[in-house]
Amino acid sequence: MNRRAARRLAAIALTGITVGALAACAPAENGTGGSGSGDEVTLTWWHNGTGEPLLGFWEDVAEEFEDANPGVNVEVTAYQNEELQRTLIPNQLRTGSGLDLYQQWGAGELAAQVEAGFVKDISEDVSEQVDALGGVVAPWQYDGATYGLPFNFGISGFWYNTELFEQAGIEDTPETLDDLYEAIEALKAANITPIAVGAGDGWPAAHYWYHFALKSCAPEVLQQAQVDYTFDDPCFLEAGELLEEFIGSEPFNDGFLATSAQQGAGSSAGQLATGAAAMELMGHWNPGVMGGILQEESGDENATPPEFLGWFNFPAIDGAQGDPTAALGGGDGFSCSAWSPPECTDLLNYITSVEVQTRFGEIGAGIPVTPGSEAGIADVNLQQVLAGLQSSTYVQLWLDTAYGPTVGGAMNEGIVSLFGGQGSPDSIVDSMRNAAATL
Amino acid sequence: MPLSTMNAGPAVSAAGPAPTPTRSSATARRRSQRSGGALLIWAFALPALVVYTTFVLVPVALAAVYSFFNWNGLGALDRFIGVDNYARALQDPIFLGAMGNNFAIVGLSLAVQGPLAIGIALLLNRNLRGRALIRTLIFVPYVLSEVVAGLAFRLMLPPGGPVDSALTSLGWSGEKPLWLADPSVAFWTLFAVITWKYLGFAIILMLAGLQGVPEELSEAASIDGATWWQTQRYITLPLLGPTIRIWAFLSVIGSLQLFDMVWILTGGGPLNATETMATYMVEYGNGRSQVGYGSAVAVILFVVSLVIALVYQRFVLRRDLRGAITRG
Repeated sequence: MNRRAARRLAAIALTGITVGALAACAPAENGTGGSGSGDEVTLTWWHNGTGEPLLGFWEDVAEEFEDANPGVNVEVTAYQNEELQRTLIPNQLRTGSGLDLYQQWGAGELAAQVEAGFVKDISEDVSEQVDALGGVVAPWQYDGATYGLPFNFGISGFWYNTELFEQAGIEDTPETLDDLYEAIEALKAANITPIAVGAGDGWPAAHYWYHFALKSCAPEVLQQAQVDYTFDDPCFLEAGELLEEFIGSEPFNDGFLATSAQQGAGSSAGQLATGAAAMELMGHWNPGVMGGILQEESGDENATPPEFLGWFNFPAIDGAQGDPTAALGGGDGFSCSAWSPPECTDLLNYITSVEVQTRFGEIGAGIPVTPGSEAGIADVNLQQVLAGLQSSTYVQLWLDTAYGPTVGGAMNEGIVSLFGGQGSPDSIVDSMRNAAATL
Repeated sequence: MPLSTMNAGPAVSAAGPAPTPTRSSATARRRSQRSGGALLIWAFALPALVVYTTFVLVPVALAAVYSFFNWNGLGALDRFIGVDNYARALQDPIFLGAMGNNFAIVGLSLAVQGPLAIGIALLLNRNLRGRALIRTLIFVPYVLSEVVAGLAFRLMLPPGGPVDSALTSLGWSGEKPLWLADPSVAFWTLFAVITWKYLGFAIILMLAGLQGVPEELSEAASIDGATWWQTQRYITLPLLGPTIRIWAFLSVIGSLQLFDMVWILTGGGPLNATETMATYMVEYGNGRSQVGYGSAVAVILFVVSLVIALVYQRFVLRRDLRGAITRG
């Protein structure tokens, strides 16, 4: 999904139990070795799981690792996502100490950290995990070496309200773009807002363009663009034209330019969760986000994602040049800093072990990546996302992550302008080129 | 910065003349007294100087250095690109738009908030029933934190939200503007919220200024047959001058550096309609990992604010600050 070439995520489904089991043993073996020096070792671990169930889950994992490795202390802290990604981690890395295991979004950002010498090359310590995980590791690799491992990976698709679809008389979920247009018209006729989009945050709107680019561009073109930032292929313009037409069908909620993606009932996720809109194009984390919003709005700590939720893949487009079974997705991983003790890799191996990954799937926080852990996925919708992931021949990483914050940010801004009626398919590509020129 | 400069002003002038008598004398005792005084001054000033140097001067200098590099905030500072970052900023329509927004807010604040605050302060300075309560209420928005106020407005202003409902119940049945989502409306929404937030501060400042206007003058004027309006126009307002000039100064600097409210309310959007220099700086420096470029924007913001502050102090506040910072 990145410059490491196309790969088959179907490999996830296939095997690797022995490897997983080996990995699960790893902490116990190496842990004693790590504390062999006789000194106490403290690992500082930062992640973005500020809400339950993830917050408690990582605390449990840290404790288990401490129990299995006498002499190792794990200080695990959760920070708000943007704060962690944009401020805390870069600042801490620059000091050259103090942080061992940290959230890693991969690709463009990882490359910058590696080039600055802040990330540990863990290729040798995790080679078995890498083989087992297959292509899903690609965003955490750079120049042939592995600098982190994912624990969660999913693809983007339409989350929809089955009740509202029924109310509008839509019987089957849309499989082609034309079906989607029909569904939008049917929903409008039933006086239902078809789609909520958090264009105020940029990326949720940009995901539409990513999907159209994926349908228009051959995988090779997308991969090449990630390497040399050339966007000359006409397929990038075509993506903008398809999007322009889609925006022209006016499927979105009122005031979408100022709508946020995940904050409160007025956000796009909130609108879907409360039945104010029928669909939202979003990643696999969406049920968790909606559950969190419902908890806040209702004051009920045990509120769950809405029952009426369904999921379908982004529809196919007749005659498009891209790979019809390609999917758009991304995940979360962890990296060890260059100065972290060997125990950091052990902890990472433990986190991605089948045992921990299975439990990760059970709590419904995401889609585990380690082969053998799928059984843990209890949520029906997440099972559908996983099925979509497994049936994809090519998974493209979120384009903004793949291109890094500079080009990615300019791209998202150009796309949002098109949503706001001020840009054009050309201006999106131009802004990407201009941003690439400042790298 | 402007506040600290002004606070430091009187302190320096008070300390300034003190050593002069000792200068004429040459006795050892006096000299030791004098050096003791200098020691005392340093002892008091040193902590502030250290803090000021560490957290103001050094960061400003570092930002100036970073601004000449193409730097993503990680790794070595090794790609010197001269003034390219500055050229890029000054050619970027979004940055120029952000700067335009800043100056528009400066102008609008002076033109709208100033007269409004003076008017309300004059009214509140009369004997009204419940005056203390009204004063308190007017000051409440200023006491709220920017983030709390910004979030409150964000929750109230979405399409069909509480504000729209209130307008409907007041009889406006048609389509409401998209307060925060329409690029042609969002700037005015932002300005209205800023005015709501800062008007209380301006009023309190004006009221404090009015306390300094001697009542005898008004009494004398009314004995001479001046109307209330004439008294305000020819006596109160001129004497309120120093307060108005200081308020305007604070307002200008605040408008140039405007960040928090915009960040919470609109994030600079939609389509950059409410971008300010500060939100642009954070978006590019932090969000897009172009720390060198963001630093260049920071330096531009700093220089613009500094030049305006110095010019304003030199030409407008000259009389008010005489002896404080205009003369040694």
